[in-house]
Amino acid sequence: MTSATTVAPTASSPAVTARRGESPRRRGRGGERVVQWLFIAPAVVYIALFFGYPIVQNTLMSFQDYTTKTFFTGEAPWVGFANYATVIGSSLFSTTLINTGLFTVGSIIGQFVVGIALALFFRKKFPLNGVLRSLLLVPWLLPLIASSAVWKWMLDQDSGVINQSLQVLHLTAKGVPWLNDPNVALIAVIMVNIWLGIPFNVTILYSGLQDIPQELYEAGSLDGATGWKSFRYITWPNLRPVVSVVLVLGVVYTLKVLDIILGLTGGGPANSTETLATNAYHLSFVDFTFGAGAAVSNILIIISLLFSFIYLRVNRRAVDE
Amino acid sequence: MRKSTIAVAIAASVALAAAMTGCSSGSSSSGAAKALTVEDYYSQPNAGTFDKIYQACGKSIGVTVKSTHVPGAGLIAKVLQQSSSKTLPDVLMLDNPDVQQIASSGALSPLSNYGITGKGFAPGVLSAGTYKGDLYGLAPAVNSIALFYNTDILKAAGITPPKTWAELKTDASALTKGKQYGFAFSGINTYEGTWQFLPFMWTNGGDEKNIDTPQTAEALQLLTSMVQDGSTSKSVVNWAQSDVLNQFTAGKAAMMINGPWQFPVLAKFPNLHWATAPIPGKNATDVPVAPLGGETFNVPNTGNKANMSLAGKLVACITNDKNMVTEAKIGGYVPSKISIAAQVAASDPQIASFATIVKTARARTGELGAGWPAAATKIYTAEQLALTGKLSPAAALKQAQNG
Repeated sequence: MTSATTVAPTASSPAVTARRGESPRRRGRGGERVVQWLFIAPAVVYIALFFGYPIVQNTLMSFQDYTTKTFFTGEAPWVGFANYATVIGSSLFSTTLINTGLFTVGSIIGQFVVGIALALFFRKKFPLNGVLRSLLLVPWLLPLIASSAVWKWMLDQDSGVINQSLQVLHLTAKGVPWLNDPNVALIAVIMVNIWLGIPFNVTILYSGLQDIPQELYEAGSLDGATGWKSFRYITWPNLRPVVSVVLVLGVVYTLKVLDIILGLTGGGPANSTETLATNAYHLSFVDFTFGAGAAVSNILIIISLLFSFIYLRVNRRAVDE
Repeated sequence: MRKSTIAVAIAASVALAAAMTGCSSGSSSSGAAKALTVEDYYSQPNAGTFDKIYQACGKSIGVTVKSTHVPGAGLIAKVLQQSSSKTLPDVLMLDNPDVQQIASSGALSPLSNYGITGKGFAPGVLSAGTYKGDLYGLAPAVNSIALFYNTDILKAAGITPPKTWAELKTDASALTKGKQYGFAFSGINTYEGTWQFLPFMWTNGGDEKNIDTPQTAEALQLLTSMVQDGSTSKSVVNWAQSDVLNQFTAGKAAMMINGPWQFPVLAKFPNLHWATAPIPGKNATDVPVAPLGGETFNVPNTGNKANMSLAGKLVACITNDKNMVTEAKIGGYVPSKISIAAQVAASDPQIASFATIVKTARARTGELGAGWPAAATKIYTAEQLALTGKLSPAAALKQAQNG
């Protein structure tokens, strides 16, 4: 707020210049209030319109029998918790919940371990460091639909490049049924999602590492803290606030992953990669049972929200420190 | 920088509010119709041919026609959106299994209002367009699926197209060598997977009302055993029909299940010699029952009576005897009127095998109507469980049926 009021007198937008001639005293506190609210207004309108409205609408929808018919007639009978009961009672619910959990935990562990290893690696000074680091961002820059199509191709059981290479190396005789076997498909999808999440992890962790003063390492090395010890006692404690941010944001991003799964397996085979997100999508946009779809997405939102609260707490503690 | 951002934000929010209030005054509900709108999901070159038909039909009834071509996957979403904002087109094309669902929402008007009765059309075509006894959509031309085979590969192996399940199984296995599979089909977890399973299920006496039956289990067992014995790729669980075609054109599948809409794509491979045959039943004497495919033309309830009556005339023209032949020819479809289909089949041998199929073809929504999507989901769910070996065909069907 303080920054807004200091900007106000010099602002050049028409609404504000009109007041320039008035002395601050005559304008009084009421006028200042109005100006303050004017500056908040865009943000409030924006949040209400693009966050508030959809969330309220989605919550309402989950308590209604919202179908294709509703679009024409505008009628959506109130059904209370019936949608939630159907969704939670369906045999698919436990599968999607477990898949969502495995997918999130697997992706986060993979992304973080590879991410921190690469971030530490890039701290070392070597030729082409900058070039390689920017190349690492490529997965982030590619459209997800394109990269999932290419991955689907590479993971093909019969003629995909991954199985061809494994066969040349005699690691497998018949090829791994990456996307065809319900027991393997989730692992394959997690692998692709790890690849996708590495740039985010490396970028944030690398910038966190840059913030650790070099003097700490110099002082530490005098006391014999080198290699693993310097990581354990200098890097890790100093990086912890960044780590918690990366992990919590990672969880929230991973929970809602939809496109990569739809592109690779569409939730199959035999629902082995169906998560809460893909299930909500299928219910709403394939089966057109929007009420049930909204119920699943609300469950997902609540889980996400839980992690967002953790993030806020962690973040506040980091700032306090 | 900051100041201008704020100014832009204020301007944007004002503009947005104005745009939102402006939205509601978009629909017009009175006045004589000079122009009709048509919405379909055709892409070029077919869209061009349809545009010509729309224009000619429009001219014959004294209106101009403006057409929009929407990507196939986005059509229903667009229709729902237009339905709620009361901006539906005057004539709407729908994929035939969607007609009953959209009709049940009240968005369509019965074609009998415009004197369209569907006389002479194949019974499957009428059943696809009928909801609660009223005809809401009429498809001028229809298609189905059949067995495509690579004539060179079959000839070299001394094999003639299979006529029974047993033959299909042994032939597929004999035709499998190296990187070439004997047979390919789509077993994906979408309605496409269901659509390709239907000929096996229906011909054997299975029914979508209850898929937990021995007849349906037998049909699923056939496909599962071909995946298990390796004469069909395990990847079928991820293949859409276009992927199946890619396998066939790459010489990686000797036989496949696909539809005549692939004729134009197959024509791009002059060195690939192929032919079609009906999908075999368990016994050679089984009457093949294939699912009916194709798009219907419908008149949405736009509320503008004058326009709706003109739209009815336009639909009558689009589905008339002359136009259905043109429309059939561009997409490898078969005209929906049995008498006209026979005339076309006489001059085109590739269409001929489909013309006989379409006569007995069954509409997916014929029995369950708006309940079809739920049944279709059960069918592909069971198929995936069985094809991946998670459950036996019978157990898979039982689990899917019970939800």
